[in-house]
Amino acid sequence: MMDVQLAERQAELEVLRYNPEIAGEPKFERYSVPCKTEWCVLDALNYLKDNVDPTLTYRWSCHMQVCGSCGMMINGEPKLACKAMLRDYPGVIRIEPLAHFPVERDLVAVADDFIAKLKRVKPYLIPSDKRSLEEGEYRQTPAQLKRYRQFAMCINCMLCYAACPEYGLHPKFIGPAAISLAHRYNRDSRDGGRDERQEELATNEGVWECTFVGACSEVCPKHVDPAAALQQVKVASTVDWYLEHFMSWVKK
Amino acid sequence: METIQTDVAIIGAGGAGLRAAIALAEEAPNLKIALISKVYPMRSHTCAAEGGAAGVIKSDDSFEQHFHDTVGGGDWLSDQDAVEYFIHEAPKELTQLEHWGCPWNREADGSVAVRPFGGMKIKRTWFAADKSGFHILHTLFQTSLQFPQIIRYDEYFATDLIVDEGCCRGVTAIEMRSGQMRHFSAKAVIIAGGGAGRMFRFNTNGAIKTGDGMAMAYRAGAALKDMEFVQYHPTGLPNTGTLLTEACRGEGGVLLNKDNYRFLQDYGMGPETPLGKPVLKTMELGPRDRVSQSMWHEFQKGRGVKTPWGDCVWLDMRHLGEKKINERLPFVRDISISYLGIDPVKEMVPIRPVVHYMMGGIHTDTKAATSIPGLFAAGECACVSINGANRLGSNSLVEILVFGRRAGLSAAAYATGAKPGNTAALAAKADEAQARVRELFMRSNGTESVAGLRKEMTDTMEEGAGIYRTQEGMARTSDKISELRRRYRNVVLTDKTNVYNTDLFNTLELGNLLDCAEAVAVSGRERKESRGAHQRLDFTARDDVNYLKHSMAYYNGLEPPRIDYLDVVITKSQPGVRDYSGAKK
Repeated sequence: MMDVQLAERQAELEVLRYNPEIAGEPKFERYSVPCKTEWCVLDALNYLKDNVDPTLTYRWSCHMQVCGSCGMMINGEPKLACKAMLRDYPGVIRIEPLAHFPVERDLVAVADDFIAKLKRVKPYLIPSDKRSLEEGEYRQTPAQLKRYRQFAMCINCMLCYAACPEYGLHPKFIGPAAISLAHRYNRDSRDGGRDERQEELATNEGVWECTFVGACSEVCPKHVDPAAALQQVKVASTVDWYLEHFMSWVKK
Repeated sequence: METIQTDVAIIGAGGAGLRAAIALAEEAPNLKIALISKVYPMRSHTCAAEGGAAGVIKSDDSFEQHFHDTVGGGDWLSDQDAVEYFIHEAPKELTQLEHWGCPWNREADGSVAVRPFGGMKIKRTWFAADKSGFHILHTLFQTSLQFPQIIRYDEYFATDLIVDEGCCRGVTAIEMRSGQMRHFSAKAVIIAGGGAGRMFRFNTNGAIKTGDGMAMAYRAGAALKDMEFVQYHPTGLPNTGTLLTEACRGEGGVLLNKDNYRFLQDYGMGPETPLGKPVLKTMELGPRDRVSQSMWHEFQKGRGVKTPWGDCVWLDMRHLGEKKINERLPFVRDISISYLGIDPVKEMVPIRPVVHYMMGGIHTDTKAATSIPGLFAAGECACVSINGANRLGSNSLVEILVFGRRAGLSAAAYATGAKPGNTAALAAKADEAQARVRELFMRSNGTESVAGLRKEMTDTMEEGAGIYRTQEGMARTSDKISELRRRYRNVVLTDKTNVYNTDLFNTLELGNLLDCAEAVAVSGRERKESRGAHQRLDFTARDDVNYLKHSMAYYNGLEPPRIDYLDVVITKSQPGVRDYSGAKK
């Protein structure tokens, strides 16, 4: 016998509603939702959609914190709705689309900018030593794997962009997730593409836009720590600059 | 309607669709590829796979052994020519992913590490902690970004295949942000749309897994094969259905009933193995069908653990220790804490069997071709069939790669030789598809709701098409689905706007699920034997005389599907006894 009591609770939700085809500014709609206390915010939204208002619009799929679809602002913080547990929100729960992105409709943010930036940083292996399949796998020790694995955990949920004050002010900033993924490949022992990626990274739209607020790392649901990636790229870029300008005879 | 000209259209951008796109881009760089998906590629459900991918690489392993594990695991319903191709391609594909950067776990010497998995006699499952599917998907997606000829149509909802003069020549899809329908005119089409587990109430599947690709091919005349074989994964969280990977047991976790007894030894999978020392292909490393069925029997005998969500058994991983759990099963730990408030390092986790995977799907040959010229399929939506009556864990992540690539190569060859279709006829077909969606908007006297019909569907599937089935139960479920399909014509849209209309997409998804569900129920009703994941209380034995055959369901309008049968391809392994007892080995 498992000793658990399931409790119910009437959760108060304030959801930002906006439909570009219907005149008017975005506005908050208030709902009182019968919930189980073990639910997450996404469960409450699904209840609303099925039982109260089928026009409520948001993205979701896996309900297990890995597909990255259901990022939204919950009480002002960027969260995955499937990871935001109702037990952590005793009062009114205010739900808005991810900050810093244009709104397509209700809680759906336009992701185009992030998708384009991701592509720009070449987040794929550019092998330093191309192998054929017959030669088998590259050798990579557990220690070499550990050097980049954390940065490979990014689920592209865009919460870090919604948290980043720099991105809010300067939308050209490549931003935390894309830079972390570029850095992930830079640190991979199989990769030789760092110079190509630096063209995008070591610029004013790249790492030098970051003022190290660190909000990206605080909101990351997968502990990727993009702020660490950004600082490591800055250090590496600085070393590059010195090598190029003062010690040009030293090979990088 | 805007027409988009392409050479190959791919529907679905998960593991199989992305692998197909890359194969096409490499094989035939001049072909234009339209990669169409209702979600951004990295949202695809491949990302939720945890445990790993099977491929022979170590010196103690052999192709022969992977072949026999797979065929026996599938209760001899697998096509053995397909399995032969699959096992030989598997290590190449996994190595290819490694070359593209997939962060596989490693041995100390830097070679790829493997872990044990259910029903496999040798350790051969490549893994990336317990996020293998996630890393495979992102590696493929990121790799695909290098190819300019892969043009992505993210958040386009595919509705209908365009078939003219017997050949598939394109697809219609709704651009979700505008609500506008587009006609993709293509020389070849690949369906890689995933499974349909959402037809059940309690499942591990993401919301997007609604059988869209299966249903589109089915309505266009392709057969849905072996749909009655629905895999229950033994270890789902009891409240949310969230998957806890089979690797929990591969790494040494054990299953206990309410008396803390390792009950699997009572179901032909004993004797008990030492705690923390799992033995391959026995006890907790038995195949998924047998383990889930044993749990059902324990519940019937009153030996389940009572929880507010129904009967469960315990999954005990405490003896693995915090270090190993953090290193090998970090996601399992996160999820158990998040949704159940239970830390597997300190406590046992209650779990119960949950619908996970469709062995059945669109009938294809070993080249990933369907019966419709120009139409190819790969991944969970397809049935080639390597999985037979029961898929072994860690074969599906390889299947999407091997047959995704195969579909890409086949489509490249086909498209290169294809003659252009009749433009006017194709446009007319696209207009018909658009008219069907418009009709949904025009309908004003509807009485049915999507959520209401969906609930009735998932209820009847749980009731009649679960782990154990009967003639009466399956007949009742078939009739109910048939009724729901008729009532579906009276669904009314609440949302009649254009931008990102999820009410519309949910309605189309429900229609797809109902079509697939009927194929499951009717195929199951007609298979009067027990084999793999299809277990009948009224026909308890496997019947090789009458049912060593694939069920083939053909769409029949509003009437239930016509069921036909196709012989299983047997090359070298005659049907035998599935032995998962440790004693005899």
